[in-house]
Amino acid sequence: MLIVCCPYCGDRPEIEFRHAGEAHIARPVDPASVSDADWAEFLYFRTNPKGRHAERWRHVHGCGRFFNAVRDTVTDRFVGTYRVGDAPP
Amino acid sequence: MTGDFRLRGHGMVEPWNPIRFTFDGRQYQGCKGDTLASALLANGVHLVGRSFKYHRPRGILSAGAEEPNALVRVIRDRGRETPNLRATQVEIYDGLRAESQNRWPSLRHDFAAVADLAAPLLPAGFYYKTFMPSLAAWRDWFEPLIRRAAGLGRVPPTEDADRYANRFAHCDVLVVGGGPAGLAAAREAAASGAWVILCDEQPRLGGTLRAEPEARVEGMAARDWVDAAISELAAIARVTLLPRTQAFGYFADNFLALAERCTDHLATPQAGRPRERLWQVRAREVVLATGAIERPLVFPGNDRPGVMLAGAALDYLLRYGVAVGRQVAVVTAHDSAYRAALALHGAGVSVPVIADLRTGEPNAWAVRVRAAGIRVEAGAVPVGSDGRLRVHGVRLRLLDGTAESVSCDTLLMSGGWTPSVHLFSQSRGRLRFDAALECHVPDVSVQQERSAGACRGVFNLADVLADGARAGAEAAREAGRTSRVIAPLGVTGAQEMRGGPVSPIPAKGRAFIDFQNDVTAKDIALAAREGYRSVEHAKRYTTAGMATDQGKLGNVNMIAALAQATAQAPADVGLTTYRAPYTPVTFGTLAGMARDALFDPVRTTPLHDAATAAGAVFEDVGAWKRAWYLPRGGEDRHAAVARECAMVRSSVGVFDASTLGKIDVSGPDAAEFLDRIYATTLKNLPVGKCRYALMLTEAGFVMDDGIVARLGDGRFHVTTTTGGAARVLAHMEDYRQTEWPDLRVWLTSTTEQWAVIAVQGPRARDVLTPLVRDIDLAMLPFMAVRDGRLLDAPLRLFRVSFTGELGYEVNVPANRARAIFDVIMDRAQEFGGALYGTEAMHVLRAEKGFVIVGQETDGTVSLDDLGFGVMGRSKRDFVGKRSLSLPDMRAPGRLQLVGLLPERILEEGAQITSVANPPPGTRALGHVTSAYHSPALGRPIALALLADGRARHGETLFVPMPGGAIPVRVVPPVFVDPEAGRVHG
Repeated sequence: MLIVCCPYCGDRPEIEFRHAGEAHIARPVDPASVSDADWAEFLYFRTNPKGRHAERWRHVHGCGRFFNAVRDTVTDRFVGTYRVGDAPP
Repeated sequence: MTGDFRLRGHGMVEPWNPIRFTFDGRQYQGCKGDTLASALLANGVHLVGRSFKYHRPRGILSAGAEEPNALVRVIRDRGRETPNLRATQVEIYDGLRAESQNRWPSLRHDFAAVADLAAPLLPAGFYYKTFMPSLAAWRDWFEPLIRRAAGLGRVPPTEDADRYANRFAHCDVLVVGGGPAGLAAAREAAASGAWVILCDEQPRLGGTLRAEPEARVEGMAARDWVDAAISELAAIARVTLLPRTQAFGYFADNFLALAERCTDHLATPQAGRPRERLWQVRAREVVLATGAIERPLVFPGNDRPGVMLAGAALDYLLRYGVAVGRQVAVVTAHDSAYRAALALHGAGVSVPVIADLRTGEPNAWAVRVRAAGIRVEAGAVPVGSDGRLRVHGVRLRLLDGTAESVSCDTLLMSGGWTPSVHLFSQSRGRLRFDAALECHVPDVSVQQERSAGACRGVFNLADVLADGARAGAEAAREAGRTSRVIAPLGVTGAQEMRGGPVSPIPAKGRAFIDFQNDVTAKDIALAAREGYRSVEHAKRYTTAGMATDQGKLGNVNMIAALAQATAQAPADVGLTTYRAPYTPVTFGTLAGMARDALFDPVRTTPLHDAATAAGAVFEDVGAWKRAWYLPRGGEDRHAAVARECAMVRSSVGVFDASTLGKIDVSGPDAAEFLDRIYATTLKNLPVGKCRYALMLTEAGFVMDDGIVARLGDGRFHVTTTTGGAARVLAHMEDYRQTEWPDLRVWLTSTTEQWAVIAVQGPRARDVLTPLVRDIDLAMLPFMAVRDGRLLDAPLRLFRVSFTGELGYEVNVPANRARAIFDVIMDRAQEFGGALYGTEAMHVLRAEKGFVIVGQETDGTVSLDDLGFGVMGRSKRDFVGKRSLSLPDMRAPGRLQLVGLLPERILEEGAQITSVANPPPGTRALGHVTSAYHSPALGRPIALALLADGRARHGETLFVPMPGGAIPVRVVPPVFVDPEAGRVHG
């Protein structure tokens, strides 16, 4: 069981968290002006990289906050976690 | 006397404390301190089991957790029966009942042993080869046959009567293994002030020090030093000693799982004490001191009862005072077998020969045993063994090529020692092949961990103790403690022992590599010939290493055999992956307290007892128990539901809607937030009013619905579906926190705080008027909300309806709900009203065509599909809005909500077609989502999703069923009061 460092609460066991998909996929500010293809890209397409992956986690059984993390999908180790709006490590 | 093979003056057991037990119904006597294996051996019993595939008779091979043969079922009482226990680990107690497995009718006469005669017909990969050609033969003949024969042991017939505990623990240093390296490490770490947990699978710590014949530590006999070291450690408060505790899993971030056996060794366990305890340990630093496992030699007939590992024989002698036989021959490729032979010889056991596979100059050990009068044959090779249920001779080919048979009743073997790198490997550490030791040893650690002693190839006792101390000091230092160097331990009399693995001995006959799964050297060679050259492929093809012992004994020999067969170096063959658990773990240990109600917790509403008292039959809705229907007299479900529906339509009914999700949405931007998150326009909702709202996923599909009520400018009370409560709150939080963090709005779940009593029917207002304070019900319009009081409790009253009738939803604090419910029920009864259940609720709403999210929707249904298309045409943006204009969302042929009038009650989920008898492959036009008998119409009705359904009103279609197609007429999805006059009272 991984230890996840919540940027608000600190180190906590993985069972307190829920994974919430890839990070840094911003909802278009004006969806109406987005083409069908770009909208489908936003909805459905994710990078699924081998290696460093920026992803969203939520401390659902703790402070309830969403935050971002960079995790290596090969080693399953966290490179770092950071608050929404901050730059990835 | 506790067995004819018990030796006076040897062992650490207590022969003065005899213990009676039975094995296969026969009574034996052992003594305190015995394992089942040592007690059986003390009685001269070697034959304890039958192998899995060939049902060959098998004896006790080892003295520890690695045992592949001696698997037994232990029966304590009803509900306490455990299969597949290793007799080498089962501690006996007075009255213990054990039985052998995998044999019928008895161990000595096993009918299934014909499989052994058929062995030439059962080569490696037998299953794959045999069952490829004919699927029918597999299905009709082989699978039933194999299913009957397969499986090891028997599932206990009754529910487990024991309880199991679970404990989380943190420590600076976790030491796995209580042998010399582990003890030295724990001493050092403890002296540095570290919090230490030391666990060991054995009942007593000490490991090989307890079976050390000669060496002395700090001037004491090894076993005496162990006792001193343990009492020293036990006196330190920061040290936790866990004997009988197997570390079985090493997971990420230094998280280890340990299984502690608490009561299995007791004759009468204290009531209520857990049988086993799962320790979930998060350690800053780990010291692995897991020792080494002796390798069997691979020669024909190496599996006969009485053939045993040499180190095990030494264990039985020195720990248990048991001679494993009277005439004990030895075949070996490692010096340690000499030590065992010498100890047995010293105890008066005859050792007719030590056959050493190695050629060359006799080493110091050979000189020593010869001096003691034991015959040593260097370069002699075992080419077979004799005997059936017990070995009675070994056939040797001597160095000069002559053959000789040597009589014996026990044959010891040793192919050297393999470091136990299982946990290290589980921790994802990288191994390397040590050319000098000819085995894999830990190389690069990936976690905060280090190995010490035999598990990393350090074997000399003095070196092992020093290595353990080094590892313990290092671990304490890495954990942030200041290591205080304690003086190195003085060791005298520790002997160098060398030797190495050998390839399978080429000779005629079956030489076993995996004893439990009956994999022979020939099977591995065959697999290699057939192209399974990768160790992982060969393993799966032959099933070597896939039995319950996970190949602890056999894996290294499999690698050697594969190397031989493929002409590779063992280093190049590689290693199979080690996975948790190291030894089998009971389901009870893993489940812990999480069984029955604690496994799947039940949620009940504050009115649950009232519904129970009213005779409710409950249904499960998620974790909730909801009153389904409330039969009276001899009513069946249909009669009860029909009565409840009629009661609501004609007078009044009361319904427990407390399970609805409720969210308090507050803040200056609450209206803006809700306007964006729901498809329904909410910004212009006046204070004191409610609106039905649909929530979409960003992909445009309906995900939830509910009522949004505006309590003030910046205050809303939002309801969700029962099942959607948590999901909807998480969805809202996601957008609030990550997409619109600028909005000043806060979300609070109030599901458990408010109880909801729905009062529905033409007399609803008459029921509530005299009870409600501060609200004028006559002036409260449909879809309005007011705060007031009821029985001096705060009341939030909604005028809403999910039945199509005049209706109210009474929200009151959960802790006042029962008293308020009782006065409402008293009042309702005056009008002939009563409680109704979820089934009537479903029928009533279906008669009105109200959808239930999750019943009429399945994650692919859009607003327009449900008839709410106008909502999506709002100018503003909201979650899911953009997706509504994607081509597929507007394409013709989408499934749309319709009503159906069938001849009979349909089945929910049934398909709809245009013809009564569609040919196979016909695409359905849609499917039935809800189907009931409507008491209001006196006929069956249904809701359905139908391709272009709104354009099909009036058509007759078919629902093909096994008993013949049912014709249905397509109608608009509102069956009762389409003008919606009744709801306005």
